[in-house]
Parts: sequence; structure tokens; C-alpha cells
Amino acid sequence: MRPLKTLKKLYDEESHVVIQEKGSPPRFLFYGEDFWLEDLPVGTRIIYPRPPLEAVPNLKASIRYAINHPEQMEPLHALLRPGMKVTVALDDISLPLPPMRTPDVRQAVLEIVLELLADSGVDDVHLVIANALHRRMTDAEMKRMVGEKIFDAFFPDRYYNHDAEDPDGIVEMERTSHGEVVAMNRRAAESDLLIYVNINLVPMDGGHKSVGTGLTNYDSLRAHHNPQTIRDSASYMEPERSALHKSTERIGRVIDKNLKVFHIETVLNNRAFDGQMEWLMKKEEDFTEFDRMKFHATQFALKQMPRALKRKMFFSIPAAYDVIGVYAGATEPTHQKTLETCWKQYSVPVEGQSDIVIFGMPYVSPYNVNSILNPLLVQVMACGYLYNLNRGVPLVKKGGVIIITHPLYDEFDPEHHAPYIEFFHRLLPETRDAKVLEHKYEREFAKNPSYVHLYRKGNSYHGAHPFYMWYWGENGRQHVGKLICAGAENNHVPALMGWDRTDTLSEAIDMARGFMGRNASISVVKCPPILQTDVRL
Amino acid sequence: MHSHPTHHRPPEVSARPGRAAFFDVDGTLISTNVVHAFGYYAQNEGSVAGILKRSLGTVASIPLFAALNLVDRKVFNEFFYRSYAGFSEDRLLTMSEDLFEDLLKGAIYPRAQDLITEARRAGCRIVFITGGMDFTMAPLAKYLGADDLIANQMQFVGGKATGKVIPPIIEGANKANVIRDYCEKHHIALNLSHAYSDSASDYAMLTVVGRPTAVNPDLRLRALARSYNWPILDLR
Repeated sequence: MRPLKTLKKLYDEESHVVIQEKGSPPRFLFYGEDFWLEDLPVGTRIIYPRPPLEAVPNLKASIRYAINHPEQMEPLHALLRPGMKVTVALDDISLPLPPMRTPDVRQAVLEIVLELLADSGVDDVHLVIANALHRRMTDAEMKRMVGEKIFDAFFPDRYYNHDAEDPDGIVEMERTSHGEVVAMNRRAAESDLLIYVNINLVPMDGGHKSVGTGLTNYDSLRAHHNPQTIRDSASYMEPERSALHKSTERIGRVIDKNLKVFHIETVLNNRAFDGQMEWLMKKEEDFTEFDRMKFHATQFALKQMPRALKRKMFFSIPAAYDVIGVYAGATEPTHQKTLETCWKQYSVPVEGQSDIVIFGMPYVSPYNVNSILNPLLVQVMACGYLYNLNRGVPLVKKGGVIIITHPLYDEFDPEHHAPYIEFFHRLLPETRDAKVLEHKYEREFAKNPSYVHLYRKGNSYHGAHPFYMWYWGENGRQHVGKLICAGAENNHVPALMGWDRTDTLSEAIDMARGFMGRNASISVVKCPPILQTDVRL
Repeated sequence: MHSHPTHHRPPEVSARPGRAAFFDVDGTLISTNVVHAFGYYAQNEGSVAGILKRSLGTVASIPLFAALNLVDRKVFNEFFYRSYAGFSEDRLLTMSEDLFEDLLKGAIYPRAQDLITEARRAGCRIVFITGGMDFTMAPLAKYLGADDLIANQMQFVGGKATGKVIPPIIEGANKANVIRDYCEKHHIALNLSHAYSDSASDYAMLTVVGRPTAVNPDLRLRALARSYNWPILDLR
């Protein structure tokens, strides 16, 4: 007989995995800005996220404790001298997803740090958004992120977006041992102290990646944002098995050698939905009658709404994330602690891989907050993020099938994703080979004055960014044998990406079984909220 | 060839073709147009009678100009440039400097210089191509750092403007021909070059290069840019 402790552990681990049986309820899946309710084949394994971990009891106290007891560094107050030059860098709007309820955790950290800086006689303080080649945040988004008081005091002269294309705003340090360019925001590089305020949603974020990618330029990003490095990264989410992270570590160590960097990393739980949308956090078995009613009412209402309105509605519902850990200090030991807490929240152990894996595709990705999830972003979600949400071993078998549910509409936001449009409609018809695209077109797009202008003066992603989106999906594309988009409303978009399409999920499952065999195993990943499968072979 | 280099540079001779950025001017880089410039010359004509005649004539012609512009840009240009008949060449040249200081300089869109600087950083030769008169546009081209200016040239006989433009008039489809000739002459790759305009009347100029961009576009050009996936910029 198993002792109670073991049974409890087994129960905890296995309760996140449900096997579909004859009497099991139908499962809801994200279908872009809509929901599908699907009867899945008996035997399908449905993987749910862990329940949200409990928040730190007192956020302000946790932040103060972290900066007063940092990892392998002196406390923040001891690093400050009157008259010194300090830059505070912040993660941009790509984190967290969906954007969290105000006050944002960055605001909470800033309120404490800025007060400490002021009390220590440090007046030369700039707040820089570490957006790298991401779009500039709008004034309203910037205000929401730090709160009105800080915004009014610092914006626009001392609170701004990083500009990777400002020829006078970037400095180069010495290269890494591998010859990688180490370029950095001038203000940050010339500061006596750089404080980086991070939000860690998944283990891919944070650590050396914060400063090394967030405050740099195209030349430095090329070192690791390329198809070969991506192919050499067994898992984006496991830094020690990722060539991408090794490269950012080398770059980060050069930065740490030249500049004093104090990291403040925060970890959030996965409470993406609450209130009227809390049913999205539940297993269907646990639905009450009221939950079922809310689901059907939401599904009905969404069907009546135009797509733009649905997007507006979804983006107006902020996530109810809680902070579950705050760590501070030197880059590597701080991030180690962050990662441990991250895994506690996101890791879901599962036994073995599956032949077919189904992802319900949500309306949001890191690159379309307040905008459209265009086809290239659906691709990066499917082959980049969702495929990679694992700990070393992908959930889908080599040569297996991924099924996603999304309308895959041919819609792009010309304001946010200007270079994506040309990439998708001019380059993809020519080739899908990431290396050819990199060699032939990446630099041309990156240096295109129109795209540079839209990045610097508008709110568009940089000309190189659509390439990164395509490279990001490289491992997923190389690994799977077939990708099927169920519910794709046109033929040409899936065809351009080399995907198959069906009208319904059951047709997609039939097609996948035709490819993998009638006894193919099927898993469904219910994400969001975010989870990472820890596959045991 | 309607080419007036503002900075004399020898043509690049190398195995690898260069790239250029061709900018329309009126409505793209500045908020004024050819009629504003002419209006300025008219108001500064020299004599009270002359000022009155030309100014009233210009005002009276506005509905006709607008109608012609809608119907056919080429007819509009030919008709419009007749208004210059009788101006003396040195008077026009002198006034063009004042016109730039008084009117054009303040009409440059706030982000125009940024775009030109970015095009230069990308390794492009900067060329302005405009339906305006060369004497009007030269100070602006110099100020914004253009390498070359391609503009209409007025015919002068005995130091007086005839009101005729030395053909071909730089407008519409002709802009594409001129750009093609320019690229051939300067060893520039058309497919790597950029073109910027605000008007659908410059459709030919935009399609002749590999990298067209709509700038502050009118409704027709905005629709075209959306259809052909061209980037859309706002320099205002």
C-alpha cells in the first residue's frame, strides 16, 4: 500500500491530466477571438495548467526584502551615492499576457525604487522601456504601466522607449569570445548603475536576456536571433539547453563586466482570468451550471460581434496575475531563484509524448497586445511558443501532427506590423526556408528606411522582426510532420505557410489519424493559462 | 535630362549597383504645392499692376486648376506653367531663395528630415523628383541634403520665361521613365531603390522601383498601398 505522502503527490501531479472517457464533458477551446466546444475522441489526454500559486502576502514588503537582501550583491541602498547617474530599464508590453490589472507589478517596484533613489540623493534617473526591436509603447500604454504619478513626473524626457536605430543612442562594448556584437543603449551603458525591473512569465524570460536583448540593437541581436541558433536550441524554455541563452549569457557577461547591473525579477502566477471569465481557469468537469451558462452566453455574444470589437473586448479584460516571487541582485543567482519559482507554477508532468497534439489558439501573443493576431503570429504561437512550452522534450513526437484551432484570417495591422505584411505576401510565396530568407532578405528589411522610420517614429515592429517570428517557429517546423489549422477560413494563408486546413476539429483529427495511423495518441493542451509540459519518456 | 546635381559627385563606378531613394516633394516632404509657389512669385512680381494682375489671375484660375488637376495632371501642368510667361529669369532665381525662406522652409513636414537621414543611413542616394520648377526646388533640395534634384525646367528666351516647360514634363508616368534613365546612368539597381510619394498620380513612379512607400497618402494611394502591401508613412 502506498503511503499517503506518495498518494498525495501522485494525485497532485496527475490531477492536471484528464483522459477523455465516454461520459466526459465536451471541451472548450480557444478559436482566435471565439470559442469552440468540442467532443474529443475517447482516450484523448487533456493537459491542464496547475492552479495559481498563492501570492506573496505583502507585495511591497517582498520587494523591499528582495532589494535589501539581494543575491550576491550589496543591498540596493548601499549601491547608491548622491549625484550618481541611474537608469531603470523595464520589460515592455509583451509581458505579461494578457496585460495585468493595474497597478502593474512594474509600478509597484518603481514606487519603492524611485523613492529610495530620491531619498539617497540620486536625481539623475531615467526610465527606459527595454523594447529592443519591438514596437514603441504608446503614451497611454506607458502611463498604464507605471501609474499616473510616475508618468507625470518622468514622461517624456526621462521615461521613454529604447530606440535601437538611434545612431547616437547606442554604444558598442567589446565583443564576446565568440565575436558577438555587444551593443547597448547609451544612457544605460553610461550610467553608474542600471536597475532592470523584469516580469518573468515563462523561464525563457529574464536573466542575461533582459539587458542583453532588451536594450540592444539589430547588429547584436543577429548573433542569436538567427535560424542556426534556433536550430541549436533544444528548448527555449530551458536555458541550459538553449544556444540562444548561451549566446545571451556571453553577451550578458560582457555587459556585467562593464556595467553594474542590479536585477529585480518578479514571478507571476498563472491567474490569467477571474471574475466573469473565471470559468476559463477550470476543468470542464468542475463547471457549475452557472459556469456552463456563462460559457454559452460568452460564445453566443462573441458570435454576434464583429472581430474588431471582440478584440477590443478581450484586451479590455486585464489579467488578475498575482506576484509569487520577487528576487534581486546579480544576474545569474537572481535568475536561478526566479526559474525555480517559475517551474513550480508552470511545470506539469506528463507521461510520454503524443502523436497528435491539439492547441486551442488564443487571441493574444507577446507581439499583438491591442492588435491583431496575424497569420505570422499564429505561426509563431503554434511552432514557436506553444510547441516549445516544454522542459526539454516536446509533447508531440518527432514527425507527429500539431492541430491548431484558428480562423487564420489574412489580416494585418499596418500600424503595428507593417513589415510583416510584405514578409508574408512577398517573401513567403518565394520561399519558406528560414536560412534563405535570412541570407537574402533580412538585412534589406532591417535597413529599409520606411520600416526604420515606422519603428522609430510610429508604433511598428522593426523590419527584422517578422524574420525573427519565422525563425522562432523553426524548431517546431523541423520537428512536426504536419500542421493542420482547423477552422481556417481561407486556403491561401495555410498554403503559404505549408500547412493543411480543415473546416472542423473532427476533420482535422481524421486527417491527422490518416497521417499517423488510426491508433495515434492525442493530447490537448489547455493553454492559456500558461503551462509547460514536463514530459517523462 | 532634367537633372540638376546640387552636390557634384562623380558617378559611382563599381561592380555592385547602388541604390537610391526618390522623393516626390509637394505633399510628401512639404505641405505646399506648385500653386503656392507660383502665388508667391505673383505676389512679389515687382510692380503693383503686375502683382494685381497675376494675383487676381491666379485666384480666378483656382477653380480651373482644381478641375484640371482632377481630370489630368499633365494637362494641369502644361496649363499651369503658362502662368509663368513673362517673368524674368534672374528675378525668379532671386525670389526662389526668398520663397524658400518665407514659405517652403516652414512647410517642411516635421519628420521629413528623419526619413531622408534614414534613407541615407541605408546607403541610398537621395534624389528629389518633382513637378515643381527647378529654381523653386533647388534651395529646398540643398537644405534637406538631396544629392540630385530632378525637376521641371522653364524655357527662357532673352531672359524671359516663355511659360513653356522643356519637355518632357516631370509628372505622372514620365517620372517613372526619368527614374529608369537616372538609375541606368548612375549604375543604380531599380529593384533595390525606394520611392516615396503622397499621390496616386505618382503610381508609375512608385511601381517602377522595388521598394515603394506611400507617404501622407491621399485616399486613392492609401487604397493602392493597402492592396499592394506597400508601407504607409505619415511625416506630418
